[in-house]
Amino acid sequence: MIEIKDLHKSYTIGKNALHVLKGINFNVKEGELVAIMGSSGSGKSTLLNILGMLDVADEGTYTLDEFPIKDLNETKAAKYRNKFLGFIFQSFNLINYKSALENVALPLYYQKVPRKERNETAMKYLAKVGLADWASHLPSELSGGQKQRIAIARALAAQPKVLLADEPTGALDSKTSYEVMQLIQEINDEGKTILVVTHEDDIAKMCKRVVQLKDGVIIEDKYVEQVRASDHV
Amino acid sequence: MFNRDSWQEIFETISKNKLRTFLSGFTVALGIFIFVILFGFGNGLKNSFQEFFMDDATNIFRLFPGRTTIPHNGFKTGRFIEFDNDDLAEIQKTFKSKIQYITPRITRNYTVKFKSKSNNYGLRAVAPGHQAAEKTILMKGRYINNEDIENKTKYAVIGRLVEKDLFEGKDALGKFIDIGKRSFKVVGVFQDDGGDNEERYVYIPYTTNQLIEKNTDKLEQIIVAFKPEIGYGGAMNFEEELMTFMKKRHNIHPNDQGAIYLRNVADDLEQNQQFGSLLQMVVSFVGLGTLIAGIIGISNIMVYVVKERTKELGVRKAIGASPRSVILMILQESIFITTAAGYVGLFSGIMLLSSLGDSLDDYFIKNPYINTGTAIFATIILIVFGAIAGYVPARRAARIKPIVALRDE
Repeated sequence: MIEIKDLHKSYTIGKNALHVLKGINFNVKEGELVAIMGSSGSGKSTLLNILGMLDVADEGTYTLDEFPIKDLNETKAAKYRNKFLGFIFQSFNLINYKSALENVALPLYYQKVPRKERNETAMKYLAKVGLADWASHLPSELSGGQKQRIAIARALAAQPKVLLADEPTGALDSKTSYEVMQLIQEINDEGKTILVVTHEDDIAKMCKRVVQLKDGVIIEDKYVEQVRASDHV
Repeated sequence: MFNRDSWQEIFETISKNKLRTFLSGFTVALGIFIFVILFGFGNGLKNSFQEFFMDDATNIFRLFPGRTTIPHNGFKTGRFIEFDNDDLAEIQKTFKSKIQYITPRITRNYTVKFKSKSNNYGLRAVAPGHQAAEKTILMKGRYINNEDIENKTKYAVIGRLVEKDLFEGKDALGKFIDIGKRSFKVVGVFQDDGGDNEERYVYIPYTTNQLIEKNTDKLEQIIVAFKPEIGYGGAMNFEEELMTFMKKRHNIHPNDQGAIYLRNVADDLEQNQQFGSLLQMVVSFVGLGTLIAGIIGISNIMVYVVKERTKELGVRKAIGASPRSVILMILQESIFITTAAGYVGLFSGIMLLSSLGDSLDDYFIKNPYINTGTAIFATIILIVFGAIAGYVPARRAARIKPIVALRDE
């Protein structure tokens, strides 16, 4: 599903170049649930941003579902993001004046799906994350866990190839974190490829594969025994 | 992009961000409203100004006798010049082809009495031509006519306010009033656009006045109306010819500036029109200032709005909005708001102006109005600048990478 070869990325800060990613080679097959771990500054967020086409690499190739990702301009990137990727952010990033349903339906708006169909699909995904009753509520009326579930529903609504989650539980307490992880596991069980950036060990253990990053290189890449989040809830 | 769906998206955004919508809309509406009001007031000021100075006919010369300042033909300086009936007749004879009408005017002050009511009024002894020169409007009866002049009749035409004062609402026509110690029959009542003072005059035939004053043939002022078709240049020539003619008749040195005064209303008109256009410039300047203030206001708000939405735009981009759709959304929204608000401001401004009507006449603002074209032009200017003001930050926001926008807390 994802193939990355010899990926380099550096940022220029003043006169100094900060080499963040120093040659990453990394493949993800369909249906995997991968945790990307590392301390801050290890380059894990940069890697995710490049995977999410929110940022571009300096060197290396990136193939997504056998589709080479290169020469991206903003318009093209927006199109690919919409088609291939679903994002889950630490701070949810819901649009605060839109209801839960409208937030979930928004990616479909940019896919030019007719309004009625849009709302039906959005409702379906809201039901999937267990928040159908909250469809008309604004994000400000929801708890953190509920917001993240709305965000997951939004990420799913566009039916992406890959879900990218950047510290999805970073802003949540552990009980809610496990609930969100349970949802992510369920989605993965249905066959969706998911990448989770985290620095929490217990969250990483709930994935099927853990990739350790340090100073811009992968130091460990292993498959683990998945801990089911439902055991903790 | 301008389909039903994008409109729906915009209406949702507008209806859920009422304060933002109100602020930007209010700025535009207020800007246009003030522009319309100020411009309308300016036009009103111009109107009353024009009426002020143009209550009389504009194709007339007024000749006044003065005192000589240069000795000439054996006459010393300081000699008083006097006009008489011969002057009137000679001018008429000599410049027949250029004159539309000619009338003398002798001004006196008399106590005018009807029964027990009496008051002091200005008296003007004139010829029939005076009606056109002063643009006197007859309400009833008739003006002084040629027969009155010939027969030196004791007929009087009185102002609307004279009738109101002396007759207390009753009809004055055919009644006899005392002017000084003599009895005159009222043959007409007039009104005048020149205001209340103009309507407190009494007109009588100038010949009658001369008869009363020991059968003199002296006149005070001679008003000559030239034919409008001779044009401005023709009028200027005529003015010179008339002066030369009169100076010669009265043995005045050709360079004597004090012996006869000639006031050319056409000159006044020119000056007044210059003043009028100065006024128009001031009005336009004020309008322009208001408009610029409005543009700055809407620009500020647009910058603020886009800034406030940076994160939202980042989210939209992360889930698939193209930069173009982001810019279009902001532009469409801002144009919609400014257009709607501009229309509200325009409409309420025009409504207020037309409801004012003549209620501000006392403040020299008469019939304030604004050209619909000017108002619509101003509105469009504001919409265009609002769009430009929104476009610049919107383009910037659309260019920011989503991660940067999302980091922007």
